[in-house]
Amino acid sequence: MKKIFSLFALIALAFNQVMAQDTVAGAAEEVSKTDGLAKMVGYYLLLFLLLCIFIGIVGKILQVYDLTKKIQGKKEGIKWNNINGLIFAVFLVLGLYGAYWCYTVQGAQILPDAASIHGAKIDSMLNVTLILTTIVFVITHILLFTFAYRYKFNRKKKAYYYPHNNTLEKYWTITPAIVLTILVLMGFFTWRGITNISKSDMASAIQIDVTAHQFAWEVRYAGKDNVAGNKNYKLIGSLNGLNTLGLDLSDKRNYDDLKVSEIVLPVNKSVRFTLGSQDVIHSFYMPDFRVQMNCVPGMATFFQFTPTITTAEMREKTGNPKYNYKLYCAKICGASHYNMQFAVRVVSEKEYKEWIKQQKPIVTEDMKKQYQLAMKDNLAPKNNKIALNN
Amino acid sequence: MSTIAIHTSATMHHHDDHSHGHHKETFLTKYVFSQDHKMIAKQFLITGIIMGVIAMTLSILFRIQLAYPDHNFPLLEVLLGKFAPDGRLDPNFYLSLVTIHGTIMVFFVLTAGLSGTFSNLLIPLQLGARDMASPFMNMLSYWLFFSASVIMLSTFFIESGPAGAGWTIYPPLSALPKAMPGSGLGMTLWLVSMVLFVASSLIGGINYVSTILNMRTKGMDLWKMPLTCWAFFLTAVLGILSFPVLVAGIVLLVFDRSFGTSFYLSDIYIGGQALANEGGSPILWEHLFWFLGHPEVYIVIMPAMGIASEVMSVNSRKPIFGYHAMVYSLIGITVLSFIVWGHHMFVTGMNPFLGGVFMITTLIIAVPSAVKTFNWLATLWRGNIRFTPAMLFAIGLVSFFISGGLTGIWLGNAALDINLHDTYFVVAHFHLVMGSAAIFGMLAGIYHWYPKMFGRLMNPKLGYLHFWLTFASAYLVFFPMHFMGLDGVPRRYYAFTEFESMQKWLSVNVFITWAAILGAVAQVAFLFNFFYSIFFGEKSTQNPWEANTLEWTTPVERIHGNWPGEIPTVYRWAYDYSKPGHDADFITQNTPLSETMSSNLPHDFAGNEEAERIQEQWNIEHKNIDSREEVK
Repeated sequence: MKKIFSLFALIALAFNQVMAQDTVAGAAEEVSKTDGLAKMVGYYLLLFLLLCIFIGIVGKILQVYDLTKKIQGKKEGIKWNNINGLIFAVFLVLGLYGAYWCYTVQGAQILPDAASIHGAKIDSMLNVTLILTTIVFVITHILLFTFAYRYKFNRKKKAYYYPHNNTLEKYWTITPAIVLTILVLMGFFTWRGITNISKSDMASAIQIDVTAHQFAWEVRYAGKDNVAGNKNYKLIGSLNGLNTLGLDLSDKRNYDDLKVSEIVLPVNKSVRFTLGSQDVIHSFYMPDFRVQMNCVPGMATFFQFTPTITTAEMREKTGNPKYNYKLYCAKICGASHYNMQFAVRVVSEKEYKEWIKQQKPIVTEDMKKQYQLAMKDNLAPKNNKIALNN
Repeated sequence: MSTIAIHTSATMHHHDDHSHGHHKETFLTKYVFSQDHKMIAKQFLITGIIMGVIAMTLSILFRIQLAYPDHNFPLLEVLLGKFAPDGRLDPNFYLSLVTIHGTIMVFFVLTAGLSGTFSNLLIPLQLGARDMASPFMNMLSYWLFFSASVIMLSTFFIESGPAGAGWTIYPPLSALPKAMPGSGLGMTLWLVSMVLFVASSLIGGINYVSTILNMRTKGMDLWKMPLTCWAFFLTAVLGILSFPVLVAGIVLLVFDRSFGTSFYLSDIYIGGQALANEGGSPILWEHLFWFLGHPEVYIVIMPAMGIASEVMSVNSRKPIFGYHAMVYSLIGITVLSFIVWGHHMFVTGMNPFLGGVFMITTLIIAVPSAVKTFNWLATLWRGNIRFTPAMLFAIGLVSFFISGGLTGIWLGNAALDINLHDTYFVVAHFHLVMGSAAIFGMLAGIYHWYPKMFGRLMNPKLGYLHFWLTFASAYLVFFPMHFMGLDGVPRRYYAFTEFESMQKWLSVNVFITWAAILGAVAQVAFLFNFFYSIFFGEKSTQNPWEANTLEWTTPVERIHGNWPGEIPTVYRWAYDYSKPGHDADFITQNTPLSETMSSNLPHDFAGNEEAERIQEQWNIEHKNIDSREEVK
């Protein structure tokens, strides 16, 4: 009786869906470009419905089978515990194979070896962690699913009353604790090595200043003095809109800074990126170098590293003649977050020197003129004010 | 106690009839503004399920975009209008979908839907109370949650669309309407909704804690509580201590958005204009958010752990292994979860030394998590496992918790996090460890306690189908994402088409999307089963799973006040399954030791010498010394 109800409910469900489809169809007819849409939606709904009915019928068959078994005097009908236990065993085998397949096939598609000194350390840490966690992953899953299969319900058996075992619990508290301590120590020193850089190393590195905004990167090299000049967000758009970065032209250190349209780094030279943002948080992410740091408005952040593989070498290593290093934005920043590109290239020292010679100063002649004009306008009243105050 | 509870509710609604037995309820007081904890639990559950289905649908929408970024689907335009011009999702709307999917799943489904349902249902039933400490506050908690849900969903019907800054709504993106349309009215409503949500959650939490501390029945000391109640208790404590910090953060954000303050804003030039705000820091928001945000993930997973422990013990017909260790590990997780939030901020520009400290605390929290996992495995060992749908989901939880938890060791390591932060690796990690695991805990709870909610059983065969499809599809969806993350593919990308290096993942995206659709379709089996069984399911017996806890001593009819007569007294812990010497393989908590002389162990008497003497006497009379010696 109940089952007849269930069929009715299924049919009712079907009917509802047809009705829903009609309303969708009604809406669709108004829009000429969506012709045939209703048919398509209806088609998929019907397919789904057929599937539901099929499952319903299979359910019914199982029920009938179950009942006949019971009528024949057997206590249990279908042994669902055995079936589920068996599926766990099958799932274990398929799952482990699937994981193996992912490790090998998709694992081959991940980033190539790190192209920086600290990146190599991160990679070796990653490998250690990968091996340890994979071992635990495999062992615990084998235990979990074999226990599920092995100890499936059996009417004749009774479970083993085993509420606790302090020794065992001590072992599996202390073992993870030791393993984690090793990982923590390794991680801590790697992390400090990356982030804790001496003052002299900071000063000797090539200084590059990156400003992020929706949805692009502005990059300037610090020029001959290797110090980037001051900027102030209130000056952005000044000098008749020429000053896109808000450079403070009263700071003489700005004049030798270079504006670039791609980041070019000499191999095996330390570079220090100073990062900032004009509007929302962005994230400066160069996965090939294992470099990521957020760009935060109102606060400078830093990342210093040494690239070790030139683009040309990397192309050879990966066998991909089009391989390029890339800079992404990794922090959600708005509609075009998915497309904040900037080219990155690592070259030999010699190529770098040639390239940098060709780069233009960020303070253009036009900007200088505008600045001088503005200064003239401003100077007189300013002096007056000072005089008045006196 | 019952007199008081009923009396209050009666006066509340100006009923004339004050007698206990014939307390008449109208439709409104029974189903809508109910103060009965069981009805409120069902309200939480059904609202949670509806929100879950909505959030799942949103995820299918953005999965379609990721799989077919160059494809037009006219149906999408019919359904979504200008949010999907020409049948392709608008990039801003894509971000809104991601944001609302995350918000609804984390807060509305896995916090309110999970804790709200099972804390309300099980705390009074398992601890032997007539109702919650404050039934009225309980009702208020649900209706605040309901209002929050309505407001959150209403943002789909405003012109600028729902909030779109990600579920973590980092300012300045979330603070400046110029930064994205989703930061306009949609964000305002998001903030309003979340304040109501937190109020609901706090009221609920205070109620759970006070009920657990004050209203346990005679004999139910804390160490006799089932692990579910321990989990709900610690979850509520976590919520009470951490949610107010989120509200503080939200209030400051509202001030920044609407009243020109500069808590989170500084040095911003946007839309051709330099803003006057100076001196604020977006990092402050990140600290405030994650001070809640990290305990929040434990608020999500701990009730699921409690449910899984209970379900696994019942269906393995074995005591939970290491009950005390299970409780201490929950306490450990609770305490540690307050000092690990910084691991979300390794690369935000926070002082790197602080990053090192947070890494240490984070990896320590893996120890209690490992203990729990091993204890679950030991519980299954030499059990006699009945694969009810609830049991299948509990085992699924353990599997997800292992798979997702292990990648936590990667991400908790600051050095590794540099390259994995904000990539698909993170997406894979948390969807397994707190998404899939917690939802499996919730589903296990639904299948297991369905008889206590509706007096009927769900169809087990549909349950098996539901489990296997969901279990497989969750792995098919999330496992490949790890490798995308290891290739440095950032999350929250609208399309993978703009970068040459991401093209190779397009086919994987198609695969993941179809796996996700399979998983979504599988939920129809659950939804049909759930709603059909309310009316037509097989009638349940009083104790269908042969479990020990007190809720199974209440009548199937689910009466107001829970027990028709006196509340049962508790004499033993909740896990006396398959105890040697006892004929049945379970002994309910309200069975006195005097009725189980053949199976009592010295430990059971907790140092009561008189009782021990009586037992010894009995043992000598029945020559039962052997079994005692064996246990020693």
